[in-house]
Order: sequence, then structure tokens, then C-alpha cells
Amino acid sequence: MFLNAELRRHPAFMQGLRTLAPQAPGIAAWGLMTGVAMVKSGLSVFEAVAMTLLVFAGSAQLAATPLMIAGAPAWVILATAFCVNLRFVVFSLHLREYLMHLPRVRRLWHGYLCGDITYVLFVRRFPQPGQTAAERLEREAWLTGNYGLNWFSWISASLVGIVLANFIPTHWGLGFAGILCLLAIQCSLASSRLRVLAAVVAGGVAVAAYALPLKLNIVVAIGVAVAASLSLERLRSLRGAAGA
Amino acid sequence: MMDWLGTDLWTLAVIVGLTVITVISRSFFFLSDKAWPMPGWAQRGLQYAPIAALSAVVVPEVITVQGTLISSWQDARLFAAAAGAAAFFWKRNVLLTIVLGMGVYLPLHLGLGW
Repeated sequence: MFLNAELRRHPAFMQGLRTLAPQAPGIAAWGLMTGVAMVKSGLSVFEAVAMTLLVFAGSAQLAATPLMIAGAPAWVILATAFCVNLRFVVFSLHLREYLMHLPRVRRLWHGYLCGDITYVLFVRRFPQPGQTAAERLEREAWLTGNYGLNWFSWISASLVGIVLANFIPTHWGLGFAGILCLLAIQCSLASSRLRVLAAVVAGGVAVAAYALPLKLNIVVAIGVAVAASLSLERLRSLRGAAGA
Repeated sequence: MMDWLGTDLWTLAVIVGLTVITVISRSFFFLSDKAWPMPGWAQRGLQYAPIAALSAVVVPEVITVQGTLISSWQDARLFAAAAGAAAFFWKRNVLLTIVLGMGVYLPLHLGLGW
């Protein structure tokens, strides 16, 4: 989409790009680490490059890698990645009103390329969807410039990380950096008590049910944790209603 | 020794599948031209599923070896994860979490063999 000349020539393209610039070193460092972690967790260089260029979702890549190495069934890997990506489903509900005027293929390109940071910066810069054709084009160009730099920083740093991984002995255990990265995202999501409960239950069940075949412990853990949080949420609201 | 080109059709198919997952999840509510309502329980479930999925992947990688609970506290991963989580809640920064976590992990793992 950043190959589209109309969007690239629009002044908002450079504005969006400049808004991302202060974030670019952090994105690059995270990409670098993801590249190292994928190879050090056991993917071949070719597989890690394919993941980087195609999947373009750091947390899902890092969550899927140990499952792929363990030989989990494809549906378990894809279901886990989808759950890790569910935050994007929430974002897409919000972005819908900014993008629905576009043809479907173009919408999907924008959706595919719009990661966490771009979403946050975009809706902060444009709290309202465009009302006129000019406003809509401005938003589209800004979005494209912003995720264009994000894409470039992430992809180039990941590829450097994949190459660097070759010079680092595996026994150093740098693959653990990928787990720390997932841990950080997990902490960033711990914004309510019920979410913390979901994390504690999911972690406990994933360990307790580890013996299940096919890495099903992950799926069972997600299911039990979500059910527990939803039940407690319901119980709380019932109690609240009774107390009022 | 590094594995450069090693792969198989199954792995490539999973990578393509993961790509489709990225497209579907990031475009979920504008995949279709029509608006469609989502059941209330599913909308509320979205609050909890992402953190549950991450925790289900992360916790066994920190406190087990291939699914067996670790029997010793002398494990670099425990201290690295604790330091990483503390770093996150201190500065709310993903990069700092990784840097400080690995800063604890590497000396314990390489120096003390934990």
C-alpha cells in the first residue's frame, strides 16, 4: 500500500511517517530480538525469514514458534496465534469506520499492515473518521506513511537479527528473550483484576494440563481462563444488582 | 551448527496459515462489506482471551522443563521473569523488560549454570 503513488505524494504521508519516527528505534530493537529468538528457538533461517516477511506479527510469531518446534497440530498453532491477535480484532472494530469506504482488497492491505503502535498513534491523531473525500484520503495517506516506516523498521531489524543469530551460540539461551517479550505484552494487558485472574488461571491450567497430547493444554487453558473470568464477571454484576 | 535452508511443507503451510490469521484478525470487522453484530459473551470474552493465550504460552516456558515443574529455585528463568515483570511495571516499556530480564538471565545462566 505504501507503493501507491497517490498516497505517497499526499503531505499527510510524511506527517504520519514522522509521527512514527521516535518509536522506530524501539520497534527495530524488538524486531531484532524477535529475529534472534526465532532462530535460537529452532526455526531454520529460511523459515524465520518467511515468518518475518509474511506473518508480520511479533507476538503471534513468538507464541507460535515453540509450538511449531514441539510439533503441535496446525490448528492448535493457528488458534493460539489468533487468540494472541484478538486485540487486533478489537482494533478492527474501531478502524472499520475509517476504512469502510474503500474497496475490500485495499481495506485488507491496510488492516494487515496496521500493527499496535500505528493503531494507537492513528486514532490519537484522528479521533474522528473523515467526513469528506479529502479528509478520508488524508487519513489513509497518514496511516500508510505511519505503518510504512513501522514495517520497514520491523522487517529490516528482524532480518538483521536472523543473520546475527548465526554468530551467537545456542546454549546462551537467547531464545528466552522472546518469552520476556511476550511477558511484557502480557503485563501490559493486565489492566483489571479479572484479566489478572485470567492470566493466573491460564498459566496454572497450561502447566497442570501439560501432559495433554498435541499441545492442547494451551487451548484448554485459554478456554478455562476465559470461562472463569466471564463467570466471575457475571457473578459480580449479579451481586452488584442485588446490593443496589 | 546453524540450520539455514531446512524446512518442510508442513512448516511452510503453518507459516502461510499464520499469515492468513494476521490478515483476518487485523481486518476482522471490515472483512465483510456488511456490518454484523457480535454476541455479547464473545465481545466480553475478547477482554480476557489475549492475556490468557500469552500466559498459557509464557508460564510453562518459565516454570517447567518440558512440562515437568522445576524442582530447584536455582533457575535463571525465574529471576529473569521476575526482573522483567518488575521492569515493565516500573517503566511500562517492552524493550526495558527484555533488556533487564536478559541482564539477569545471562549472568545466572552462563556464569552460574542455572
